[in-house]
Amino acid sequence: MRRVVILGGGTGGTLAANRLRRRHPGRELEITVVDQDRAHVYQPGLLFVPFGLATPEEIVRPRDRQLLGGIAFLEQPVDRVDLGTDSVRLADGTELAYDVLVVATGARLLPGETEGLLGPGWMRDVFTFYDLAGAAALAARLATFEGGRLVVNVIDMPIKCPVAPLEFAMLADWFLEERGTRDRVEITYVTPLDAAFTKPVAARALAGLLDEKGIELVTEFNTGQVDGESGTLTSFDGREVPFDLAVVVPLHGGAEYVGRSPGLGDDLDFVPADPRTLQSTAKPNVFVIGDAASVPTSKAGSVTHFEGEVLVENVGRFLAGEPLDAEYDGHANCFIETGFHKALMIDFNYDTEPVGGHYPGPVGLPLLKESRLNHLGKLMFQWFYWHTLLPGRDLPGLGPDMPTAGKSLARNRGAGR
Amino acid sequence: MTTRTIAGRTVRVDDEGFFEDPGQWDEELAAELAREAGITELTDRHWQVIRYMRKEYAEKGTGPTVRALGKSSGVSVKELYELFPKGPAKLAAKIAGIPKPRGCV
Ligand SMILES: Cc1cc2nc3c(=O)[nH]c(=O)nc-3n(C[C@H](O)[C@H](O)[C@H](O)COP(=O)(O)OP(=O)(O)OC[C@H]3O[C@@H](n4cnc5c(N)ncnc54)[C@H](O)[C@@H]3O)c2cc1C
Repeated sequence: MRRVVILGGGTGGTLAANRLRRRHPGRELEITVVDQDRAHVYQPGLLFVPFGLATPEEIVRPRDRQLLGGIAFLEQPVDRVDLGTDSVRLADGTELAYDVLVVATGARLLPGETEGLLGPGWMRDVFTFYDLAGAAALAARLATFEGGRLVVNVIDMPIKCPVAPLEFAMLADWFLEERGTRDRVEITYVTPLDAAFTKPVAARALAGLLDEKGIELVTEFNTGQVDGESGTLTSFDGREVPFDLAVVVPLHGGAEYVGRSPGLGDDLDFVPADPRTLQSTAKPNVFVIGDAASVPTSKAGSVTHFEGEVLVENVGRFLAGEPLDAEYDGHANCFIETGFHKALMIDFNYDTEPVGGHYPGPVGLPLLKESRLNHLGKLMFQWFYWHTLLPGRDLPGLGPDMPTAGKSLARNRGAGR
Repeated sequence: MTTRTIAGRTVRVDDEGFFEDPGQWDEELAAELAREAGITELTDRHWQVIRYMRKEYAEKGTGPTVRALGKSSGVSVKELYELFPKGPAKLAAKIAGIPKPRGCV
């Protein structure tokens, strides 16, 4: 019997466990999932909570219920991984030996690493919507926000779903318009990047949208300090942005135990892995999926989903002593809510930046362009998440590789398209 | 890709002036690149960062972010901004003669 231990029972851990169980239904493989708590949050839903478009209860389900039969679930924080003895130690002292370890413990919010962020004003005038408590508290605050300067700030990359704060700004524009208070609010988007987004073509499209919606864009702003008392963001190079209400995306890091596990992680506690095979660089029997991985693509649920198939294939090959030949191409795709019941979509991978066209083929959802169809797509996604993505079923027509059929790739790929 | 001449030597650089080949760099060029960026003198603290950048690039294939620099180079993020104003990770990479850090997507 071989033992696979999966650390983390969120998006990646759950779908990897279920896919592995389907692939290896027999008793020869024992699968154990460990998570520190039981509440599985559908994180894309956090974006909608502040605007009253979703309630916290609607986006949380019990973790263990998302796992197929024949998968053990342990509710315990991970204390450390010992690469030398191939075992994991949990906070209660339990030792779990493994043949293959899958790291799926995601990213952790680190608001404490920014001076003043948790100081006076936190959860009063300074919020984050990146966790459930923050999103719910922000909903209450926005419901009574009568006017002033609303600042949306990303402290630094990497963050989960790098488009979510942009979506927040655009939804805020819509929300305030609906409430009839938009003309009393200045919305400013403050980013450490040199543009609205990391990828140039998409960044231009998004900057255009912000401009249309009257959202001011401040770039190359690295927040060094947040002062909730005076309502000021100060950058490391001494620039200031005043606010009445600040919505901040805190610094992210990997799980704390990664730092306590010699050789496993990098400076930020993310786990370096081969970007194509998802095998860790730390040791061949350790694989990484989702936000926990240090690979050059976005930290997103879509990425985690596409990685799942490759990971499960490669874990199977590793256990069989075969070479790893399944390859992940860095495929990411995101719906971007732009307000007023519209959304746009971007799709890219390690080598191709997001461009226009349609997804997944010529007759599909419009890329890089606002449409109602994309908005409906985003709303439908929650159903897909619980019923298709987590159980590890394949979506018809949507394999992990980035499709190119419907795309305007001429500029990226030379003449052929 | 283009080439440019610094201190009488021709080197390959990208559109934004980052070195394509770290092997074409040396300390004399660093001093000249720093002057172009308005840093009149490279102190020991500057060199600590520059050497760290080159070591990280050699090991990982990309220069570190400001945050990673702040954690591991021995120079705090605040001081990094004093040494290499505006964008420390980018400016230090330019002066250290390594390609533009990939950053995060
Ligand atoms: C506001 C917001 C909006 C988003 N919108 C989108 C979107 O529109 N589209 C999209 O594709 N993605 C979106 N995402 C990103 C997406 O939710 C994540 O990328 C995805 O959930 C990553 O899955 P994961 O398994 O890596 O991490 P997670 O699902 O976060 O799971 C990590 C798990 O590890 C557990 N864990 C951590 N440390 C320990 C420990 N020490 N011991 C035990 N357990 C531990 C945690 O409890 C957690 O359950 C959004 C994220 C946010 C925050």
